[in-house]
Amino acid sequence: MSAAPPIPRPRRGGRLSARVSRAGAGFVTPFLVAFALVFVAPLAYSLYLSLFRTQLVGGTRFVGLDNYAAVFVDPKFWDGALRVMLFLAVQVPVMLAIALVAALAIDSGRLHGRRLFRIGLFLPYAVPGVVAAMMWGFMYSDRVGLTGSLNDLAGFELLVPYTKQWLLVSIGNIVTWEFVGYNMLILYSALKTVPAETYEAAAIDGAGQFRIVRHIKLPAVRGALVIATVFSIIGSFQLFNEPQILKGLVPNLIPTSYTPNIYAYTLSFQGNQVSYAATVAIVMGVITAGIAYLVQLRGMRRDS
Amino acid sequence: MKNHTMRRVLAAGAGLALAGTLAACGGSSEGTGEAGEGATAEEIEAALEEGGELTYWTWTPQAEKQIEAFETAYPNVTVNLVDTSGAADNNQQLQNALAAGDGVPDVVQLEYQSLLQYQLPGQLTDLTAYGFGELEDLYTPSTWGAVSQNDGIWGLPQDSGPMAFFYNDAVFTEHGVDVPTTWDEYLEAGKELRAADPDVCIGNDTGDPGLTTSLIWQAGGQPFRTEGEEVTIDLADEGTMRWADMYQEVIDADILCDIPGWTDEWYAALNDGTIASITFGAWGPGILESGVPDGAGDWRVAPMLTYDGTPVNAENGGSAEVVPADAPNKLLGVGFLKWLNSSDESIEAFMETGGFPATVKQLESEEFLGYESEYFGGQAINEVLAGGADGVVEGWQYLPWQSYANDIFADTAGQAWLGETSLADGLAAWQAENEKYGTDQGFTVAD
Repeated sequence: MSAAPPIPRPRRGGRLSARVSRAGAGFVTPFLVAFALVFVAPLAYSLYLSLFRTQLVGGTRFVGLDNYAAVFVDPKFWDGALRVMLFLAVQVPVMLAIALVAALAIDSGRLHGRRLFRIGLFLPYAVPGVVAAMMWGFMYSDRVGLTGSLNDLAGFELLVPYTKQWLLVSIGNIVTWEFVGYNMLILYSALKTVPAETYEAAAIDGAGQFRIVRHIKLPAVRGALVIATVFSIIGSFQLFNEPQILKGLVPNLIPTSYTPNIYAYTLSFQGNQVSYAATVAIVMGVITAGIAYLVQLRGMRRDS
Repeated sequence: MKNHTMRRVLAAGAGLALAGTLAACGGSSEGTGEAGEGATAEEIEAALEEGGELTYWTWTPQAEKQIEAFETAYPNVTVNLVDTSGAADNNQQLQNALAAGDGVPDVVQLEYQSLLQYQLPGQLTDLTAYGFGELEDLYTPSTWGAVSQNDGIWGLPQDSGPMAFFYNDAVFTEHGVDVPTTWDEYLEAGKELRAADPDVCIGNDTGDPGLTTSLIWQAGGQPFRTEGEEVTIDLADEGTMRWADMYQEVIDADILCDIPGWTDEWYAALNDGTIASITFGAWGPGILESGVPDGAGDWRVAPMLTYDGTPVNAENGGSAEVVPADAPNKLLGVGFLKWLNSSDESIEAFMETGGFPATVKQLESEEFLGYESEYFGGQAINEVLAGGADGVVEGWQYLPWQSYANDIFADTAGQAWLGETSLADGLAAWQAENEKYGTDQGFTVAD
């Protein structure tokens, strides 16, 4: 990514600028209305909710920041938060590495059936997350699923996706399957922006394929990689579909505080604790934004 | 019960959109049951004759037929039926409507275990003032007990679920194993079946909280007591431990399949004879007939397993209909409810397609008891099922937050099914979590 273009200095005074800004307001208003409605309002409402406590006995009362104080010492919240952080630390690098290799392979022009690979890899992303989780949920079954067949073939318990030790890996596998194609596409389109002349020049200078990858392609996708990482961080912290669906199949392996989102969901929809759930969601949102921002900052700094 | 669990998987999907902001619901409404309300039977009848519109939320499959009959009897009343498709969805929608104070139904179905959750904050109409007290004798004692707690009548029973032991006779015969009648025999029969065919299990359970509470109930346990705002939880009382000691052996003997109920895998295992028996409420025949077609002719029903030969039983599942305190057309709602769950026409429409009633008269009718089920090889199943209603231990109460308690069951007690802890310790952990929740909710909680 090249440096950002210089920001044009604002012109001073004059009727022209007033007219321009009026026209600008006209263009921006529809967006702002939608933004206020679907973004600001729910957030503000969640913040508002988080300052109250509703009880079966005693009704609703204002509690100030009590809910926040409670979240910070809530072992269930931290149990889930640490789990998604572990998930993030392992699953995201694996997924992005696979996506990068796939993007480079497809971009190399040496792959037969390039389009087929591109579509094939991307297809899982088009499968709704809930459906994907159910599908894998059945495949993981030792009794009726693929896992059972493989174990029969091996003659011993080769795969045990539904055990405490392996469950997070099983979920990581589903998530990777779902999102490799999506990330591959982000990286692939970044590769497509490299002008052909650059490769020509490199070839004339006698650079081999691996040198081209190292010195041209990898630097070219760095910006896209940062974006993909940020998306993946957000996705990891919001982990919900996969464990929630699998919970229907292996209820005892996935507690109601497995991830912060599942925790918030249980609190609000089963536990009648909408306020506390809103607090959990807000705290997790702030943590997510903070980490995503740090990663972006670091990624971009290395860039310049 | 069925819908409750089945919906969980689907609810997970439905929850996605909402989980992001959690802004979909909130606030609360204080109970608004104004004092001095009520009506006589004549006033209710007059209101029905005069007519109007009312809204009824339910997931009862027979509701349409019942409403048809109702509208024939009272042509001036229009009933807007809303199919809430299951207990979990029903509760969620009701909570939202009550919180918003808008779109509250006039009559709504609630599982017995959910009644207190709405009654305590004052969200249900006390039907005592509408003369419902005189209907008591129509119902079995246990279902009437479920709707009349805390000095009020909060609904009318729709159905009941006294438990029974359903078994696949072909599997037992094939392996030459005697069908058990007590829990001790159950353990032995389970071992024999396993020995005969390692793939076969006598039952399935991964720690179903609904089944667990029913089995504790059957063993004579009374772990939950609610009086006003005071809740007592004792998951180590004599009856509870009687169940836990017995069931720990069942778990340790590894005779159960770890297949959760209501999943595809579960239906497959019932169909191919992997699961040889199951304890259901009296609603069981409908489930087997529709979900386990391969077992037609093979399944039988027997009275609930006992501890020492003395028949004792408990309920599993079952619902009542209630009138919310904020119902916009309360008088009409009350009238409809009364007709819905106490008139012969309505109850017969309910029974025609497999509903299991809560009314003594219907439970004792010749026609009902004499019915021979083809699916059950010509067995007069209702005789067994209705017989089970007699032995139901009285005085059972659920927690005022039972649905949440059931949700966190797997986190704590459920670990015993994984062998991570003992049942006794798991139940103690469940108790601790519930005590904390109850205190947070403003109850006075005691052991």
